[in-house]
Amino acid sequence: MKTNLKAVLTGTHTLSGNEACIEGAFAAGCLFLAAYPIMPAIETIERYLKRSAEVGATFIQMEDEISALAAVIGASWTGKKSMTATSGPGFSNMMEHLGLGVMLETPCVIIDVQRTGPSLGIPNRAGQADMMQARWGSHGDYEVITLAPGSPQEMFDFTIKAFNFSEKYRTPVIVISDEYIAHKKEKVVIPPADGIKITPRRYFKGQKDKYLPFKRDKDFVPRMVDIGDGFKFHVTGLTHDDKGYPIMLEECQEYNVHPILWKIRNHVDEIVEFQETGTVDAEIVIVYYGATSEAAIKAMKQAKDMGIKVGGLKLDVVWPFPDKKIAELAEKVKAFVVPEINYGQIVSEVERCSYGNANVIFVSHGEKGINNTDDIVSAIKLALKEKERKKGIIEYRSQAGSS
Amino acid sequence: MEPLKMIEKDIQPMDVHPMNDILRMDRLPHIWCPGCGIGTAVTAFAAGLDKANIDLKKTCIVSGIGCTGRVAGYIKLDSFHTTHGRGIAFATGIKVANPDLKVIVFSGDGDLISIGGNHFIHAARRNVNMLVICINNFIYAMTGGQVAPTTPLAAYATTSPFGCVEPPFNIPYLADSSGAVYVARWTALHVRRLTNSIAEALNKPGFSVIEVISPCAMYYSRINRLGDGLDMMKFYHDNSEIRHGEDTKNLDIGFQTKIIVGKFVDRERPTYMDSYNKWLSGTKKAEK
Amino acid sequence: MRYWEVPFGKEKPKTPIGEIHILKERCKGCGFCVEYCPKDVLEMSDEFNSKGYHPPKIVNGEACVNCGLCETICPEFSIWCTLKEEVALEN
Ligand SMILES: Cc1ncc(C[n+]2csc(CCOP(=O)(O)OP(=O)(O)O)c2C)c(N)n1
Ligand code: SF4
Ligand code: SF4
Ligand code: SF4
Ligand SMILES: [Mg+2]
Repeated sequence: MKTNLKAVLTGTHTLSGNEACIEGAFAAGCLFLAAYPIMPAIETIERYLKRSAEVGATFIQMEDEISALAAVIGASWTGKKSMTATSGPGFSNMMEHLGLGVMLETPCVIIDVQRTGPSLGIPNRAGQADMMQARWGSHGDYEVITLAPGSPQEMFDFTIKAFNFSEKYRTPVIVISDEYIAHKKEKVVIPPADGIKITPRRYFKGQKDKYLPFKRDKDFVPRMVDIGDGFKFHVTGLTHDDKGYPIMLEECQEYNVHPILWKIRNHVDEIVEFQETGTVDAEIVIVYYGATSEAAIKAMKQAKDMGIKVGGLKLDVVWPFPDKKIAELAEKVKAFVVPEINYGQIVSEVERCSYGNANVIFVSHGEKGINNTDDIVSAIKLALKEKERKKGIIEYRSQAGSS
Repeated sequence: MEPLKMIEKDIQPMDVHPMNDILRMDRLPHIWCPGCGIGTAVTAFAAGLDKANIDLKKTCIVSGIGCTGRVAGYIKLDSFHTTHGRGIAFATGIKVANPDLKVIVFSGDGDLISIGGNHFIHAARRNVNMLVICINNFIYAMTGGQVAPTTPLAAYATTSPFGCVEPPFNIPYLADSSGAVYVARWTALHVRRLTNSIAEALNKPGFSVIEVISPCAMYYSRINRLGDGLDMMKFYHDNSEIRHGEDTKNLDIGFQTKIIVGKFVDRERPTYMDSYNKWLSGTKKAEK
Repeated sequence: MRYWEVPFGKEKPKTPIGEIHILKERCKGCGFCVEYCPKDVLEMSDEFNSKGYHPPKIVNGEACVNCGLCETICPEFSIWCTLKEEVALEN
């Protein structure tokens, strides 16, 4: 594939997270976006539209988010890398086709810029309460790769990674950011086109009548073809065989769905990414992702200045979850401190993976917003004082309170 | 994992049906009941494809869910069996991403007009270039005969045990007022005219809708004591009237009342891609 | 085709004669073909196929004019017609 030079804005630019996300998409070769306007994802659509003519990309504003993701999956089968962007209420609407994308094993990227909820919540306030929805939101069994950028630069980098994962594993991939990162402006470095690693689509190269849309290679990943190339293939959201024909048998359910999960599970080590700081001799480890990154890093510094041995584990990929890494750390450290802008989501995964070997302290930012460094520091101190191994999640309650 | 043994059906040497090239013979017999009109509409569709003289390599078909939703699975084109009601949205993505493709959406009344109603009117409004074939059997058949947005007033369904109390949609009128450029209605009995209509609409740029009134022998006619599929065909024979160009306002269908069929709308309007490309060339010029 | 080279009225109009093919196993006995064949070529048989349906049988084969209606109306793709020969109309 020829690199589209117009698509890669090589250089250093001041971009918001939403803008950086779209630049990442273009750099990854995205050529189709279907979306429905929503705060705080709207600037992604605007940026896409602004640049689409020179990049040669196509854009359509659909009638809702259900149709937006449906159109994206359809478009992906024409051979164009495709994406959509939304926020909570729209993300809920997309769950139907997240499932279809998984079942048809269609590469595409979904950006969820989290706001608060439930329902409409506060449109322009950051939240992190869609984390479990990203993992479990659609019905049935599936695995979905989800990346959680913590800055505009990461919005750029992770969107490229998302497209690469989606092509490599033939599956929808979610980039889950939030209002804070989406609107934060920062210097973003865009490397030259030849310095960006792009995973091309894995095409079937055999005879026209020999194509089976769900025949897997040793990695369990089936090959794709484009509509219009003469393969005359069939795909269905019903449980199907390699031909894509529906077969309503238990045996086929296993045959079909098992590899959809294991094509991800078998490659967890290649997919999972995180950033570790000072965990080697840490007593306390802060586990953080997305918008809480800044506060967590500040808190880490403050605690270190107080002489506390504290380390950090930033989750770049949240799903699949870094089970092994957490379990390994749990055996060494005294406690994990997990700040989130929700009432406890990723923290329950941390607790699950600690197997009771470390205390898990949850810091809900609740009404204090996201730059709540003080609470994280206090939670670290609390963790240090705790002598016993406590079962379950210990919820840190802000001393200052909301009064 | 052990590969699942695929169910291979031997193709008999005598299976030289003229539509072998367009049907997935390895999937026949299909799931539809005896006397169901969907199969007849599919035959007309296959004949229409042949007649339209289009590049089948560049043609794809999308279905939603329902008895009719299974159509895509029997057609030997690039074919997609998607989610309930979303066929048109899926097809819109295909068409806009690759305008060289011919896109057909083949689905049921419940699928296209109820859960997919919003996508239907918006695709018509945008005039996305595609042909929508809607099998109207007045009922949700696959789920066992519930009331549909097309069930005639007073007709029985499992969820309207005292007769349907909701007025139905008049599909051609809905399509017409939403902006479709080609609107026709036939019954499953009008196979030749349906074939011709399909061939004509396939070569028509823009959003085309063909409604096919079709017997559901299993539920609609059974619940309403209308006999079997053949009795329904006989009813269409005696009670349908061809009125080309009829104002779509006048096309309501009551319970066992006259069915007006024909081609009602055939007009020109810029398609979505026409407008999109115009915008695009404007933008490109502005850049220079 | 260049019709104008044939003097008008020189060629007798021709009637096609069709040959009907029935895949009995695929038929579900709906009776559409029997009812709507314009030449009453077909009739339902008493025979059962393996699924228990009565397929149609040919009772008046010579009358078939290869109009293809049975083929298009059949919901099961189980009947079709091919052209056997064309005979000049006697009048
Ligand atoms: C989201 C969703 N809701 C409900 C269903 C159940 N369902 C399957 S088919 C169907 C009705 C289809 O009716 P219609 O489109 O008229 O098709 P027909 O079976 O009559 O051909 C419904 C409600 C579903 N599959 N998905
Ligand atoms: S239930 Fe009705 S619509 Fe469905 S296959 Fe049977 S006859 Fe046809
Ligand atoms: S081709 Fe026409 S005449 Fe011959 S059997 Fe079929 S319907 Fe009858
Ligand atoms: S139309 Fe087809 S299915 Fe029906 S009786 Fe005739 S051959 Fe059988
Ligand atoms: Mg129906």
